[in-house]
Amino acid sequence: MLEHYLSLFIKAVFIENMALAFFLGMCTFLAVSKRLETAVGLGIAVVVVQAITVPVNNLIYRYLLAEGALNWLGLDIDLTFLGLITYIGVIAALVQILEMFLDKFVPKLYHALGIFLPLITVNCVILAGSLFMVERSYTFGESIVFGIGSGAGWALAIIALAGIRERLKYSNVPPGLRGLGITFITAGLMAMAFMLFSGIQL
Amino acid sequence: MNKSLRILSAPLIKENPIIVQVLGICSALAVTSKLETAIVMSLAVIFVTAFANTAVSLIRRQVPGSIRIIVEMTIIASLVIIADQLIKAFAFSVSKQLSVYVGLIITNCIILGRTEAFGLKNAPLASFLDGLGNGLGYSLILLTVASVRELFGAGKLLGFTILRANTEGGWYVPNGLLVLPASAFFLIGLIIWALRTVKPETGKE
Repeated sequence: MLEHYLSLFIKAVFIENMALAFFLGMCTFLAVSKRLETAVGLGIAVVVVQAITVPVNNLIYRYLLAEGALNWLGLDIDLTFLGLITYIGVIAALVQILEMFLDKFVPKLYHALGIFLPLITVNCVILAGSLFMVERSYTFGESIVFGIGSGAGWALAIIALAGIRERLKYSNVPPGLRGLGITFITAGLMAMAFMLFSGIQL
Repeated sequence: MNKSLRILSAPLIKENPIIVQVLGICSALAVTSKLETAIVMSLAVIFVTAFANTAVSLIRRQVPGSIRIIVEMTIIASLVIIADQLIKAFAFSVSKQLSVYVGLIITNCIILGRTEAFGLKNAPLASFLDGLGNGLGYSLILLTVASVRELFGAGKLLGFTILRANTEGGWYVPNGLLVLPASAFFLIGLIIWALRTVKPETGKE
């Protein structure tokens, strides 16, 4: 059992890395990776939000939306088509609650995360985590592990990219390629490096 | 008339959502290994961005500023559900390949970005054109990248053989790199490089 969760975690972090294998959360991935410090803050925020929203959406899917989930009410309906709007609503609400909670009880972390916390609502990693959870029909336990793992994988990728970009400042890049262009190519090379993991069977 | 045309054509190259505004990149990278999926994705995005922009523009005077993001997200999510259901109904095999990416149009920053930047401030018709133009600009990049990747990666276009691959007795040795998702990064990086060399004014950050 533990082994199963461990391999799911490793798979979510490395083999199926959200940023470098599925290209999710690219807007923030490219925009917020200029400095290592901010990348670390955002990475932590993503892990936290992902670890909460995926299990919560799992429960909502299993007990409200899935086909036959409302049988106990005597209703035989399939609400899966409402999935998208429900998940994004849950994500927006949870981010808001988390923001208020941190502001009240952990102000230090709240100030460290700053603007990134609300921005996470529109980060597609979070929504994709919930959608993958539904597509792969994870159980509640698996969804917790997957949530933490996929968040950690994304955090790892953005921190690595930020580290590389800080170094890139000292290199002589052709004028047209500076900034965005070279970032894309760096990310491409990183994605290729991460493909090394894809042959690993767990 | 001229103004409408300008609104429609500006996002094609000069203010292209992907390579100049850097919005909505996730899906541009992930669905471009085949032209077919790219076309379906483009149509879905054009549909959602045009109508979301129009809808937001229609109710812009009624919606209080403090709750506008939620209203916009609800409109966008509803439109995405319609697009998602349509794709599932009429192109089921493509919908399997697109996997979660249709749903992710909700968080595609092009759409929220345009409703915030344009739809909230302009009349419905102009907003419709702006949404349409941005959808088309997005499609332009998506289709370019997808054509290059499918043609040189598999020797095919839309499933038809153009360059006969050596595995099937032809002469063309497919470039395996282009089938890999990482190649989309390189292609978009190169497109940005080309554009910034030709039109340096697009490179301001």
